[in-house]
Amino acid sequence: MTALAVRAPVVWQRSTLLRHLIWAILGGVGFYLLSVWLSPFRDLQLAQISYTAIAAAGLTVLSGLSGQISLGHGALMAVGAYSTALLLEHQHWKLGVVLIVATAITAGVGVLVGAAAARLRGPYLAGATLALAVGLPSLANYHRLRETLGGENGLTVVSGPPPLSLGETFPVERWQAWICGLCLIITLFVLANLVRSRVGRDMRLVREDEDAAALSGVHVARVQVLTFTISAACAGLGGGLLAYVNSLAAPGAFPLSLSLSLLTAAVLGGLGSLAGAVYGSVIVTLLPTWSSDIAQSAHLSRNVYANLPLVVYGVVLIGVIVLFPGGLQAGVLRVWRAVRVTIRGRLR
Amino acid sequence: MLRFLDLTLAGLTSGAVYAAIALALVLIWRSTRIVNFAQGGMLMITTFIAYTVISHGGSYWLALVVAVLSGFVLGGVVERVLIRPVEKRPPLDAVVVTFGLLVLLQGLAGMIFGGTPRSYPPAFSIIGFRAGDHRLLFAPNDLWVVLVVCGVMVLLAVVFRWTSLGLRMRASAFAPEVSRLLGVRVGRMLTVGWALAAAVGALAGVLIAPSTFVSPTAFDAFLVFGFTAAVIGGLDSPPGALVGGVGLGLALSYVSGYIGSDVVALGALVVLIAVLMVRPRGLFGSPVGRRV
Amino acid sequence: MVAYTRLCVATAVTAAVALTASACSSGGSKGSSAPGVTSTTVTIGSTQPLTGPAAPGYSEIAPAAQAYFNFVNDSGGVNGRKITLKYLDDAYNPTQTLTLTKQLVLQDKVFAIVGALGTPTHTKVVDYLNQQRVPDLFVASGCSCWDQPKQHPYTFGWQPDYVVEGKILGDYITKNFAGKKVAYFYQDDDFGRDGMKGLDTYIDKSLVVSRQPYQPGNTDVAAQVSAIARAKPDVVVLETIPAYTALFKLTALKLGFNPTMVVSNVGSDPITVSGLLENFAKQAGASVKGDQLIEGLVTDAYLPSLGDTSNSWITTFKKVHDKYVPKLPFDGNVVYGMAYAYTFLQVLREAGKNPTRQKVIDALEKGGLTGPGLVPYRYSSSSHAGFTGVQVGTIKSGVFVPAGSPMTTDDGTGPITPYTNQQPAAPADGVPAG
Repeated sequence: MTALAVRAPVVWQRSTLLRHLIWAILGGVGFYLLSVWLSPFRDLQLAQISYTAIAAAGLTVLSGLSGQISLGHGALMAVGAYSTALLLEHQHWKLGVVLIVATAITAGVGVLVGAAAARLRGPYLAGATLALAVGLPSLANYHRLRETLGGENGLTVVSGPPPLSLGETFPVERWQAWICGLCLIITLFVLANLVRSRVGRDMRLVREDEDAAALSGVHVARVQVLTFTISAACAGLGGGLLAYVNSLAAPGAFPLSLSLSLLTAAVLGGLGSLAGAVYGSVIVTLLPTWSSDIAQSAHLSRNVYANLPLVVYGVVLIGVIVLFPGGLQAGVLRVWRAVRVTIRGRLR
Repeated sequence: MLRFLDLTLAGLTSGAVYAAIALALVLIWRSTRIVNFAQGGMLMITTFIAYTVISHGGSYWLALVVAVLSGFVLGGVVERVLIRPVEKRPPLDAVVVTFGLLVLLQGLAGMIFGGTPRSYPPAFSIIGFRAGDHRLLFAPNDLWVVLVVCGVMVLLAVVFRWTSLGLRMRASAFAPEVSRLLGVRVGRMLTVGWALAAAVGALAGVLIAPSTFVSPTAFDAFLVFGFTAAVIGGLDSPPGALVGGVGLGLALSYVSGYIGSDVVALGALVVLIAVLMVRPRGLFGSPVGRRV
Repeated sequence: MVAYTRLCVATAVTAAVALTASACSSGGSKGSSAPGVTSTTVTIGSTQPLTGPAAPGYSEIAPAAQAYFNFVNDSGGVNGRKITLKYLDDAYNPTQTLTLTKQLVLQDKVFAIVGALGTPTHTKVVDYLNQQRVPDLFVASGCSCWDQPKQHPYTFGWQPDYVVEGKILGDYITKNFAGKKVAYFYQDDDFGRDGMKGLDTYIDKSLVVSRQPYQPGNTDVAAQVSAIARAKPDVVVLETIPAYTALFKLTALKLGFNPTMVVSNVGSDPITVSGLLENFAKQAGASVKGDQLIEGLVTDAYLPSLGDTSNSWITTFKKVHDKYVPKLPFDGNVVYGMAYAYTFLQVLREAGKNPTRQKVIDALEKGGLTGPGLVPYRYSSSSHAGFTGVQVGTIKSGVFVPAGSPMTTDDGTGPITPYTNQQPAAPADGVPAG
C-alpha cells in the first residue's frame, strides 16, 4: 500500500461546474469530429442515438436517483414529438424555439403525471405508466382529434435543409446530428450539475428513506414531482428531436416497446449513471441494425432471418443484466480501475 | 337494453381472461416481488405448443393438459435460470430481464412458427345461447372460460389456505429468512410459485386462443390489460385479480360500445388512474406497514 | 474524479462503438450510369413488416417477389442483368421505415425502392425519396396519396385505390341487392375510410343502418359486430384485413347472424380466411374445413383467381412458387408479390440496355403496360396510380369465381365502365418480352 500522495486539488477537481464544462466542450469536439468522419447514414444513426440518450438520461435520473419506475417515457416522447410537429407546421418559428416550447409542454404534462405518480410506489407506478405508454399515443386515433393529429398516418415534419453557409452538398443528416449532439451535451451538462446539486442530494435521500428525508425537512412529494418533470422535459426534448430527425410524428412510432427500450438503455448502462444512458442508447439503437445485417448476409430461411434480431436483442438484454450487476457503466469502471491500479503499480 | 346486455356479457368473457392473466402476475408478485413482463410471451409459447399437439391430431383436452404442464415446466425453468440471479437486485433489473425474455420468446416463436396467425379450436360451441328470439352474445364456450377462471381461483385459494405447500409458499414470500430457519426450501418455493403462475397463464392462453388466433404478437394487448387489471385489484391479492379483471373487462366493453373503439386504451388508463388515486395500492392491496 | 472518469469513458466507448459500426457499413455498388446498377446486376430495396402485428400475410409478399426475380435471374435476367431485391423489416414502425429507407438509399445505394408496404409507414419517406430522386415504385398500399405526379414525380402506386374498389363494390351492391339494408364494418384508418367514401358514392345513405370501426391490434370486436347484428342489415360490407374478416364471421355466428358479406380484396384471400376459420366450421354444422364459412362471400380481384388453373399467369406463378418458395402457402399474397415483380421487370426492360432512374420513370409514364392484371394501369404523365379497377365475384368452394366483366373507374366522380380486353398470356419463360 503506497503512501497516499496528498496533492492540492487541481482546479477541475475543485469546481464541479468547471469540470462539467470542460467535459461538455471536450464531448462537443469529440462529437463533431465523429460526425464529420462518419457517412451520412451513420450520422442519422448518431442523431438517433443522441435523442434516445437524452430521453434515457432523464429516465435514468428518475429511476436511478429518485427511485421512481416509469414505463411511460415513450408516451412523453410522443408529446414532445407531436408538439414539435404541430408547432413547425402551424407556426413558423425557428427550430430552437420550437424545441424549447415542446420541452416546456412535455414538462407541463410531466407535472400532471408526476403529481399522480407521487402517490404511487413500485409496481403500481409501473402499471400506471404502462397504461400511459399504451393509452396516450392512442389519442392520435381519437376521431375528434384526427384532423389535428393526423390519425394513424400521423404528421409529417418538414425539416429545413442545412444552412447554405455550410455548402450546397452538406448532408442534412450531419446537420441534424449536430443539432441532436448539441442538445445532448446541454442536457447531460444540466443533468450532471443537477445530480451534484442539492436537488440531486434530496432525490437520493427520498429514494433511500422517505421518512428520514421528510424529517430532515425535504418536501418529499415536491422533490418527486420535480424529478418527474425534469425527466419528462428530457423525454420531450428527445421526442421533439425524433420528430425533427425522422420527419414524422405518428402513433406507430411510439409503441410500448419504445418505453421499454428507454428503460433498457438506462438499466443496461447502469441506473443513475448519465454515461450509462449514453452506452445504453448506443446498444438499444444499433443492436437491431447489426443483427439484421448479420442475418441478411447469412442467407437464412425467411422466418429465421426476420426474427433473428429479436432473439439476439433478447439474449443480449438478459445476458448483460445477469452478468453485469449495476449495468455496463459499473463493469467498465471496474475494468478502468483495474487498469489504473496496474498502471500505477507499474509506474512505481 | 339488449345492447347493455350484449356489452355486459362480452365484458364478462374478456374480463375473465384478463383476470386469469392478472392472477398469474399476482402469483409471481406474491412469491418473488417481481413483475413478469414475459407473461404474455410465455403463454404464447405454451399456446403454440398446444396448437402443435392439435395440428398433429391431438384432442383439445390433451392439448390443454400439455399446455398447462409445459407452462409449469417453463415457469420453473425461467425462475431458476433467469430470475434467480436478479431476485435480490433492484426491481428494474428484473423488469429488463423479463422484457428481454419476452422479445426472445417472440423471436423464437416467429422463427419456429412464422407470423401467420393460426386457428385454434374452442372447447365448446361458439353459437350463443338462445333467449327468446335473440341469440345472446354469450356462448357455451364463453361460459366454459368464465367457469374455468373461477375454478382456478378457488383451487388456488384452497391450495394456499389449506395445504402445507401453500403455507410454505406464503411463508417463503412473507418471511424468507425465518422460513429457511424452519426448514422450508425457500428457493424451491419460489420456483413452484413461478411454475404455478406460468401454468395459470398457459391456461389463459388456451382460453383466449380461439378468439384471437395464435401468433407471436397476438397476446401483447392481453399482457397490458392483464397487468392493468392486476394493479387495479392489488398486486398481492388473488381475489383482487378477479375483481380487477372482470371490472376492467366490463369497463372496456362499455367504453368500446358506447363511446367508440378508438378510446379503449385511453379508457383503460382512465380507469386505472381513477382507482389508484383513491387506493394507491389497488382495490384490495394490503397497505404495507413502514419501518421507521 | 469519478464523474470525470465516467464522461471520459462514455465518450471513448461511444466513439469506439460508432467506429466499429461504421466499419461494418456495406459499400455501394460501383454504378455505371446509375446507383444500384452494374454491368451484371440491378439492386433494388424495399421496406416490409416482417415481424410484429402487421406481419401476417404481408411478410410473404417480398419473398415471393424475390422468388420471381430469382426465377428470371436463372434464365439470364433482364438485358443481361440479374435483379437483387434487398428487403428489410420495419415492423410497421415509421421511424424504422425512415431509417431503413435511408440505409437502402445512402448505404446500399439501391437503384429504386420497389413495393414498400404500408400507408402510415411509407407516407413518411415519400418526400425523402423524391428529394433524392429515387424511383419509388409500386407502393403496396391502396392509398390515393401515391398518385401525385407534380409533388412526388418519382412515386407510383400499383394496386387499385381503396376508393376505386369501394365505388365498384358499391355499384355492385346497388345493382344486386337493391333496396336491401347495408352496414359497414371498417378498419379505422385510410383503408377503411377511403373504402367507405367509394361505397357511399353508390350506396344510398338511407339504406346504411350501421357503421362500426375497429382498431387493428385490438381483437375484441364484440361490441362493434353486435351493434351491426342488432341493426339487422341484409348486407355487411367489410373493409377489413383477413383476421378481422374471420373475427366478424365468428361473432356473427355466435349471434346467429348470417348476412351477405361483401369483403374488400384486402381481407378476402380464401386460403387465409378459411385457414383462420378452420376450427370453427364444425361448430356451424358443416363437416368441411373453413371453406364452408366463406361460401358465398362477395369480393373482388384485380389479379387472376388462384383457382383458375387454366390461366397462364397462375401456372407460371405456381411453378415459381413450387421451385423457389415452397414453404410459403400459395395464396393471394404470393401472387401479389410475383405480379409486381413482373411489372418491375417490364419497366426495367423498357428502360433499355443502360437503365437509369429517369428512364424507368419515363417507361412507366409512357403507359401501355399489360400483364397479369385483369384491368389496365393508369400510368401516364398525369397519373401515377396503378390498376384502374377490379372485377367483382364470389367465393365458391374456397376459390374466387369472377362475375361479369372487370370494371374500371377513377377515385373521383367518374363513371364505372367495363373493361373487355383480353388479358395477355404470360410469357413462356416468365421474362417480359421486349
